[in-house]
Amino acid sequence: MTDPPKSPAAVDEARLRQQAIGAKLRQMFDELVNEPVPEEFLDILRRGDTPGSGNG
Amino acid sequence: MAGADRSNHAPDLARDSAFKAELVALIPHLRAFARTLTGDPTAADDLAQDAMMKAWDARASFEMGTNMKAWTFMILRNQFYSEKRRSWRQSQLDQEAAERTLVAIDDPSSPVALDELRLGLGMLPNEQREALVLVGAGGFAYEEAAEICGCAVGTVKSRVSRARRALQAILVRGDYRRDGGAAGEAMGSILADAERLSALR
Repeated sequence: MTDPPKSPAAVDEARLRQQAIGAKLRQMFDELVNEPVPEEFLDILRRGDTPGSGNG
Repeated sequence: MAGADRSNHAPDLARDSAFKAELVALIPHLRAFARTLTGDPTAADDLAQDAMMKAWDARASFEMGTNMKAWTFMILRNQFYSEKRRSWRQSQLDQEAAERTLVAIDDPSSPVALDELRLGLGMLPNEQREALVLVGAGGFAYEEAAEICGCAVGTVKSRVSRARRALQAILVRGDYRRDGGAAGEAMGSILADAERLSALR
């Protein structure tokens, strides 16, 4: 709201920061994605594997 | 769409198994998205499991060949918000989750910048955080993110841009309530890391 006019250097720096944050964000998410999946998840799907049965 | 007027519920085993294979491949992504929404590993896995079951139960309504990742993310997100709505002490829970996250990451041996980023992300409003995560990390186009969040494309764009600005401000200010961390240190460390990463590419 009260941002002073930014110098080109400040704009560059902001862009650099944004890129760095973006890279870090992807890294964070990728690390989460790469965590091993607990066996529970597959167990649940196996249990749901009885087509047509009213077993719930 | 397909099968809407098929009244026999003969299980299509080939389709089911193709669906399941695709769903299994998405589990890591669902867990990651759930973690960014809840900020808590246990709650995240509960949420991801619920979403996975819901997706499995609703498999007949999924059109094979369309974007299953976006479809399951939408299910997970809806599940997250409907659980939050049901909770009578929603804001307290949010607060507690935030506190737990703060305590959980207070481990001096863990890499600094990632922690700060997680903390900063946790300080964003839900709608901004999810938009930034979907577009900035999840690999979704603005249009897909808009579909997942049930809002207009322009809304997603503005949320992402507000989230980026807010996150940067938080990291630069060092405003993430971590004791002893010098202001600006997180940003410096993230920048250094980004340089290292880009040098590797």
